[in-house]
Amino acid sequence: MSRKVLVLGEVRDGSLRNVSFEAIAAAKTIAEGGEVIGVIAGETVSALGAELVQYGADRVVVVEDEKLKQYTSDGYAQALLAVINQEKPEGLVLGHTALGKDLAPRIAGKLSSGLISDVIAVEAGGGNIVFTRPIYSGKAFEKKIVTDGLIFATVRPNNIATLAKDESRSGEVSSLSVEIINLRAIIKEVVRKTSEGVDLSEAKVVISGGRGVKSAEGFEPLKELAQVLGGAVGASRGACDADYCDYSLQIGQTGKVVTPDLYIACGISGAIQHLAGMSNSKVIVAINKDPEANIFKVADYGIVGDLFEVVPLLTEEFKKLKVHS
Amino acid sequence: MNIFVLMKRTFDTEEKIALNGGKINEDGAEFIINPYDEYAIEEAIQVRDANGGEVTVISVGGEETEKQLRTALAMGADKAVLINTEDDVENGDQFTTAKLLAEYLKDKDADLILGGNVAIDGGSGQVGPRVAELLNIPYVTTITKLEIDGSNVTVTRDVEGDSEVIETSLPLLVTAQQGLNEPRYPSLPGIMKAKKKPFAELELDDLDLEEDDVEAKTKTIEIYLPPKKEAGKVLAGDLNDQVKELVHLLHTEAKVI
Repeated sequence: MSRKVLVLGEVRDGSLRNVSFEAIAAAKTIAEGGEVIGVIAGETVSALGAELVQYGADRVVVVEDEKLKQYTSDGYAQALLAVINQEKPEGLVLGHTALGKDLAPRIAGKLSSGLISDVIAVEAGGGNIVFTRPIYSGKAFEKKIVTDGLIFATVRPNNIATLAKDESRSGEVSSLSVEIINLRAIIKEVVRKTSEGVDLSEAKVVISGGRGVKSAEGFEPLKELAQVLGGAVGASRGACDADYCDYSLQIGQTGKVVTPDLYIACGISGAIQHLAGMSNSKVIVAINKDPEANIFKVADYGIVGDLFEVVPLLTEEFKKLKVHS
Repeated sequence: MNIFVLMKRTFDTEEKIALNGGKINEDGAEFIINPYDEYAIEEAIQVRDANGGEVTVISVGGEETEKQLRTALAMGADKAVLINTEDDVENGDQFTTAKLLAEYLKDKDADLILGGNVAIDGGSGQVGPRVAELLNIPYVTTITKLEIDGSNVTVTRDVEGDSEVIETSLPLLVTAQQGLNEPRYPSLPGIMKAKKKPFAELELDDLDLEEDDVEAKTKTIEIYLPPKKEAGKVLAGDLNDQVKELVHLLHTEAKVI
């Protein structure tokens, strides 16, 4: 059975986020041969439509309005609901990002539909679309299906492979005019704390520090390593509680859940609460003075040693590797 | 002010997860108030203390949820409501929970509704925004600061590490992010008082709902545990050599760099 599936393309700093291309790949699976339609909302975003097509969308609908320059739940809900009303899709996919987490449940509430959040895999077959998602912060997984109405999911960044970009692909980019009214919550100010780094939830490499980092300054060598590897810096709850860093960096059952290609845990003991946030990373490296630390049980590679000695050496060694390759 | 908190009973964060007959084994497990909901309860109490009014904590669950609701009362909430679905709803989802909560709240004239931004068990983070939509009130998710001045509200929101300062107004629903406050522990007098505070228990009938009205839109068909990880390779030798070996392994064996 083929389905028409919408994908909301998420724009950040003028570009589409990679998770939106991953969402298109998920939508293709859900569509089972049906049409995949990208949706982009913003002030001036129609030029981005072509890229969604190159990643697999068949066509794109853009909603442009100065009131959509910044994401607000009210503005984006009006824009997306207008496109849903026009296209009457059988499927809908968003990224499981700050925006997707904020917007998707509201859309599901409005449409009285189900919503499967934080999906890491999608399979078609046997008449059902089966979604896999972590529960208990990755200590277990569940497979879910939609039993009634719209097939609606948000996909976790970094887990579903994008389709190959095909620059020769073309598709219609049309515009839908929507009157954006009654914004009940207005953004007055955005305080950028992460400008220096890569977004933690989408990072391919995460360098994480625990109590062993000992102070806010102790994060400096980790930041340098992250910079060399194009990665993001994270932290354990212990490091956040001790005020070595902001809670926005916390990885764990409370905090963010990350699944990078490479996770380097520095001075982190490996409490269950922390493991829940990172144990599904593809490759885990542990650096800890204590050979008995729990983190070594989940690590693929471990170095028993002082992180303040090991991390700068690693940074130098990765620099050399970069020069050679 | 008429303040409501949406609360969920969850597994303790330190619990190991095991399966029994294809389901999560709950035997002997410790249960707690979902940690993000604790921030919501704490914030509700602080808002009440500053502005007057009362805090009602509400949960959808079974009989055993009374324990966590009593803990919320011991922290300082004024009333607790349990929507007991044990007899009527077998496999609810977020649609079910949001519908039940919204039906309860629709005629309560709530000024402020708070909840956690996500529960650490199911992890979907849907119920807050769904309830706000059903009640047709604005909402702000993952908040780290809440300031109320009359009916005007200024909220700071965590957006993947950045902060947004948002101006909005009551009535409002917000979901709590870590960093919002430091939840208090229930005091001994608080625990004593909690036993006498109003505790109401409702069922589907009391909300004029039929089972069909709240039937889940999604279904779990399988639960499984992640494959056990093989013990990794702990390197040995001179530290410089270990670092060289690690970089080599990440490059050639794991191929992640």
